[in-house]
Amino acid sequence: MNELDLTISPGERVLLLGASGAGKSTLLHALAGVLGGDDEGETNGELLLDGAPPSEGRGRAGLVLQDPDSQVILARVGDDVAFGCENLGVPRDQIWQRVTHALDAVGLNLALDHPTSRLSGGQKQRLALAGVLAMRPGLLLLDEPTANLDAEGVREVRESVARVVESTQATLVVVEHRVDVWLPLIDRVIVLAPGGGVLADGPAADILDQRGAELAASGVWVPGFPPPRPLRVRTAARELLATTNLAIGRATTLRSDIACSVRGGTTLAITGENGAGKSTLGLTLAGLLPPRAGEVVARDALADGAGAHPIRWKSRELLTRIGTVFQDPEHQFLASTVRAELEVGPRALRMPAAEITARVDELLQRLRLDHLAGANPFTLSGGEKRRLSVATVLATRPQVLVLDEPTFGQDSRTWTEMVALLATLVDGGSAVVAITHDAEFVDVLADEEIVL
Amino acid sequence: MTDLLTPTRGTQAIHRVNPVAKLGAAFLLSACLVLSIDWVSAAVALILESVLFFFAGVSARTFFTRTLPVWIAAPLTALTIALYGQTSGQVYFEFLFARVSDGSLSLALATLLRVLAIGLPAVVLFLTVDPTDLADGLAQVVRLPSRFVLGALAALRLVGLFLDDWKSLELARRARGVGDTGRLRRVAGQAFALLVLSIRRGSKLATAMEARAFGAPGERTWARESSFGALEWLLIVIGGLIGAAAITTSVLTGNWNFIAS
Repeated sequence: MNELDLTISPGERVLLLGASGAGKSTLLHALAGVLGGDDEGETNGELLLDGAPPSEGRGRAGLVLQDPDSQVILARVGDDVAFGCENLGVPRDQIWQRVTHALDAVGLNLALDHPTSRLSGGQKQRLALAGVLAMRPGLLLLDEPTANLDAEGVREVRESVARVVESTQATLVVVEHRVDVWLPLIDRVIVLAPGGGVLADGPAADILDQRGAELAASGVWVPGFPPPRPLRVRTAARELLATTNLAIGRATTLRSDIACSVRGGTTLAITGENGAGKSTLGLTLAGLLPPRAGEVVARDALADGAGAHPIRWKSRELLTRIGTVFQDPEHQFLASTVRAELEVGPRALRMPAAEITARVDELLQRLRLDHLAGANPFTLSGGEKRRLSVATVLATRPQVLVLDEPTFGQDSRTWTEMVALLATLVDGGSAVVAITHDAEFVDVLADEEIVL
Repeated sequence: MTDLLTPTRGTQAIHRVNPVAKLGAAFLLSACLVLSIDWVSAAVALILESVLFFFAGVSARTFFTRTLPVWIAAPLTALTIALYGQTSGQVYFEFLFARVSDGSLSLALATLLRVLAIGLPAVVLFLTVDPTDLADGLAQVVRLPSRFVLGALAALRLVGLFLDDWKSLELARRARGVGDTGRLRRVAGQAFALLVLSIRRGSKLATAMEARAFGAPGERTWARESSFGALEWLLIVIGGLIGAAAITTSVLTGNWNFIAS
């Protein structure tokens, strides 16, 4: 981020947009005074909050981040909300008044000693918001607060923020690539330019009118500019996997009597509430978790001599049969460069070196990762990590692909690419099993849906 | 799994005692018991403790499941001592380096009782300790630096997440086709991946804490008062009395053998 000149007045409600890498999060962190010192990067120019550097006015700006899990600080709801007040030196009796108010304001009607580990994603985000509110900030900063939430969580958080902004008249700055979530609440849109400076700035309606197409192309979800849908060519479906009296779970049984059939040339969507066992079902179908009861049976077309039960297959036998893309791409990275990462599967299959290179080159191109071939997977952006995790699985061309939340929190550009890629695979005869919260994804791609 | 970190709750007096006092009592008792290795002092302490376990605020079931490691460790330690401990008196059995004698058997008994007498009360006292309350106590009563105490407390909450991470890493390795061989190397790689993930989570948590004015200049206040009064002193005195009773009986019966002599 560079050469940025900006004034935000008290009480304004700003939506901050920009292509990924334009520095939206950096700006929010700077406003919150948590960017770190000179040893953590370079700064030029000046940023003033109420006429002073943000680091001097601790508690004037309150920041809510994207990841619900990493914002919970203490084990009990009340203590967590009180944490900010304690740090600011608020006297004890006032702290608890503030805590009760803040929890009321965000609509969390829970006992003060309710364990924070039992909250849903939406509740955790509202808890973080309450913790910030209790500090009575004049400026509320939200960094993609709903990106990791399901539809219900998104609604909860948006309504809480609306209520809070209404009652406190605080200034609001939101970073979010799903514009429709916040549109009713905001009055100003600022678009950051990728190279530095401001691309557009003005009333929300005007900016979206003038720049809608451009913003949509850069990955922002703009109402009225839906991402293009892939054309589907449906092929004959043959069954690859089936379940009989399947019960799933890890330590205890989560669900039983699940009947489903995975067929080549179709997409099966697994949907349902948080904690309903969607991921567990996906991992069980993928031959990674043993069934609690009943069985997952691979048909001969898929098993190809490896036996009827995927859970008994060797790790190497899974590669060409069932590929799994985990919800968190970082869990499945093994190598120190993107290229080596893609080579892991083919190498385990002992493919000839020339063929490995050919496959990897093709995937790097197809998923726009070629300029990153030498980069460390952990240093990629969210969208790039997602593309890489899918590419690593495609490298061994499995007949069945199980994906856990493939489009979660992605910008519209990555979303479009992912949907197009999966459509091509399915039309080519593969089976896709997708665990998802994304109603649009189900609408575009799913041939069958299991609601848990 | 996070269950291990969750304290037992209840209404008995022990639940209200400041965790710092529990720490102090367990420490004082252990200090008395490590001074000698005779069976009398350990037995006296164990008998007195077992009366107090009825007031410990845990059910028999919880008591035995949570103290199971101590029950396993104690006989194993004793067995080792019986086989390899200092030989004296009559020798009953000999094989390679193992030699069971009067001396090693009495040492083994003393060790068995001692591990129980130190281990059981420590585990039981900590069953009712809530980490948040302990942190409050360490910062307000013992006056340890708040940054250190709260940092450690917040990090403790990540342990549950690490366990989930570990399971996912394991499944992911099977899915990636590298789960068949080289188990040792795979675990090492997985441990490294977990380290990377934990540093990431840690720095995110640090940002979240900083955003809530953690480390702000000026005096920090405490939402929960950590008090240290009569009940706390009582527990520490009980710990001391058990230790003293054990030592006295042992000295009077002539069994005391000070470890430094």
